[in-house]
Amino acid sequence: MDQPRPNSFRSGPDARGRFGDFGGRFVAETLMPLVLELEKAYAAAKADPAFHAELAGLHKDYVGRPSPLYFAERLTAHLGGAKVYFKRDELNHTGAHKINNVLGQILLARRMGKKRIIAETGAGQHGVATATACAKWGLDCVVYMGAVDVERQKPNVFRMKMLGATVVPVQAGARTLKDAMNEALRDWVTNVADTFYCIGTAAGPHPYPAMVRDFQSIIGEETRAQMAAAEGRLPDSLVACIGGGSNAIGLFHPFLDDAGVEIFGVEAAGHGVDVPNGHAASLAGGRPGVLHGNRTYLLQDDDGQILEGHSISAGLDYPGIGPEHSWLRDVGRVKYLSATDKEALAAFQLCARLEGIIPALEPAHALARVIDLAAERPKDHLMVMNMCGRGDKDIFAVADHLGGL
Amino acid sequence: MTTRIDARFAELRKAGRKALVTFVTAGDPDPDTSLAILRALPGAGADVIEIGMPFTDPMADGPAIQASGQRALKAGQTMAKTLDMVRAFRADDATTPIVLMGYYNPVYVRGPAAFAAEAKAAGVDGLIVVDLPPEEDDELCLPARAAGLNFIRLATPTTDDARLPAVLANVSGFVYYVSITGVTGAARPDADAVRAAVARIKRKTDLPVAVGFGVRDAQGARAIASAADGVVVGSALVEAVRASLVEGRATPGTVGAVTKLVADIAAGVRAA
Repeated sequence: MDQPRPNSFRSGPDARGRFGDFGGRFVAETLMPLVLELEKAYAAAKADPAFHAELAGLHKDYVGRPSPLYFAERLTAHLGGAKVYFKRDELNHTGAHKINNVLGQILLARRMGKKRIIAETGAGQHGVATATACAKWGLDCVVYMGAVDVERQKPNVFRMKMLGATVVPVQAGARTLKDAMNEALRDWVTNVADTFYCIGTAAGPHPYPAMVRDFQSIIGEETRAQMAAAEGRLPDSLVACIGGGSNAIGLFHPFLDDAGVEIFGVEAAGHGVDVPNGHAASLAGGRPGVLHGNRTYLLQDDDGQILEGHSISAGLDYPGIGPEHSWLRDVGRVKYLSATDKEALAAFQLCARLEGIIPALEPAHALARVIDLAAERPKDHLMVMNMCGRGDKDIFAVADHLGGL
Repeated sequence: MTTRIDARFAELRKAGRKALVTFVTAGDPDPDTSLAILRALPGAGADVIEIGMPFTDPMADGPAIQASGQRALKAGQTMAKTLDMVRAFRADDATTPIVLMGYYNPVYVRGPAAFAAEAKAAGVDGLIVVDLPPEEDDELCLPARAAGLNFIRLATPTTDDARLPAVLANVSGFVYYVSITGVTGAARPDADAVRAAVARIKRKTDLPVAVGFGVRDAQGARAIASAADGVVVGSALVEAVRASLVEGRATPGTVGAVTKLVADIAAGVRAA
C-alpha cells in the first residue's frame, strides 16, 4: 500500500487523467489535440440523456442485455463452498463483453462526425465487435492485429472480413496485441482529420481508461440489481480475469465503495509467474512504466524495454494493464491473483462438463481461481464471476493443447 | 545559460546558414560502427546531432527507424551504452551539439532527474521525448531544464494557435516542427505549407525552428531549409545504414554510406 487510501475508490481519474500516479496522457503532440477533443466530446455525451437513452436501446435490442446472472449449481456443489454465480456476458451479441464498450465509442464517434474507425485486437473479440458496429452504421473499419494472432484466431479474422472490415496483419515486434496497438497509434497519427480510434480495453491515454470503464460498468450495475433480486443483498466477492482489464473494471467499479465486497482480479500466469518472459501478469511480475499513453505496471527489463509476455489466451497476452487496476492494487482495494495456462485449461474443461458452458480461455483464468476461492468460503458466501466471453473461438487451440479433438 | 545548441544556432545565423540536424540510432548496427558514424557526422556536414535512444515500441516512427532501433537492441544497446557513446564522442568534439531523442519509458525507469544529470555530465545538450506533451512537463521537462539541458518539443500541424503557447512554454534550444501528420519517414512535406507553419510558430517564439519528418535528399532538404532555420534528416540515414549491411552486419562501406548521404544533403541545405 504505497499510496494513501482515498475517501472513495470511485472518484478517479483526476483532471490530468491520473488514478494516483497511474494513467496520464503520454502521447505525441500530433495526437494531443485529438485526445483533448475526445475528452470534451465524451464529457458532453456523458451529460446528455439522449446519448444514454440511445445506448440503452442498443443494449436491449441489439446486444441482448441485461445479460443473465446465473447460479452455477453443479459447480457450486462440486466445490462445496461459496455459492457461485456467473455474470453471463458471453451471451452478448458477438460473444463477449467487448460490444458494451464498442457501442459507446461508436455512438460517440458518430456524434463527433468521424467516418473512419480504427481498432487494435488480440484475440479478435474487440475487432469483431468494432467491425460489427461499423457494419451497422456503414462506417469504414480498419482493424490492426498481430500477424501471430491472425494465425491463431482465424475464425475471428474471417468474421471481421465478413462484416466488411479491413484486417491489417502487423509484422512488427512480436506480432501480437502490443504491436497491433503501436500500429493503430501510427495510423491515428497519420489520419488525424477523419479517424476515431476505438480502443478495446481500459488503457491508453486519458480519457480512454475512464471512458471504457464507464461503458463496461453496465456489467457491475446489472449484477448489483440482479443479485439484490436473487438473494436480497450484495454479493460477498467478485472475480474477473485481467488482460488490459476492461471486463474486470466494468464488474468491479460499481462495488468499489462497498467495503464488505471482496474483489479479485486474475492475471495470466502463462507457464508460471517465475518463468522469465513466460507470463502476462503485469502486476505480479512487472513494475511501473509508460507505454501506449499511460503509466501503469508493465512487463519490462531493467533498461525499460518492453517484454512480450506469454499466455495461452491471446486476449490476455499484453505486457500492460489498465492504469486504474495499477492504482487499485497499490491502494489495496482489489487483490490480484494469477492463473497458469494449465490451470485455465483445467477450469475450461470443468466448466464445460459441469455447467454446459464452454468459456473463453480468458474467463477460464478467473474460473481457475474461483475453484480455490469458493472452496475456502462458507456456503452462504455469494461469489460472482464474470463470464466475459464464450469459448467458440478457442476450441481448436484447446484441442491442440489437449492432444487433438 | 547558453548551451552548445544555442551557440551553434547563433553561429549559423551569423554565417547566414541553415542547420542540418542529423538523426542516427545509438548502437545501430552495432556499438563500434555506430560510434564511428557519430564521429564522422560533423565532418560530413552535420551541425547538430540527434541520437536515437532505441525503444521496443516506437509509436511515432515509421518502418525505417523502427527497424534501426530493433537492430540496435538486438546488438545489445542499452541506455548506459548510449551515454558511453556520447562520452566517447565528447572526448574529441567539444562543440557539436548532441540531442538524445526517444520515448519516455527507458528514461522513466532510470529516474528522470538522475537521468538528466547523468546525460548532462556525459556531454548531452538536449532531449526530445516524443511521448511527453506539455501536459506532462513535471515528469522530465522541468527536471531536465534544472539539470541544464535544453528540452526540445515537437510542434505539429495539429498544434493550433490556441495550443501553441503551451507547447512553446518551457522549451529551449530549438523547436522541432513536424512537417506532416504521420510517422517518421512517411510522406514528403510541402515547402509552402511548411513556410506558413514556421512563420506561425515564429510569431510566438524567438527560438530557431528546425523541420523534420519526410526529408530524404538534397533537393528536399534545400526546399525545407529555405523555409526554416534547420532541417532534420533521420529515416534516410538509418535506411542508408540498412542498405549497407550484409546479413545484418556492418561492412567497410557502412560509415561511408551515411557520410556520403549527409554530405549530399548538407550541400542542399547550404544552397538554400
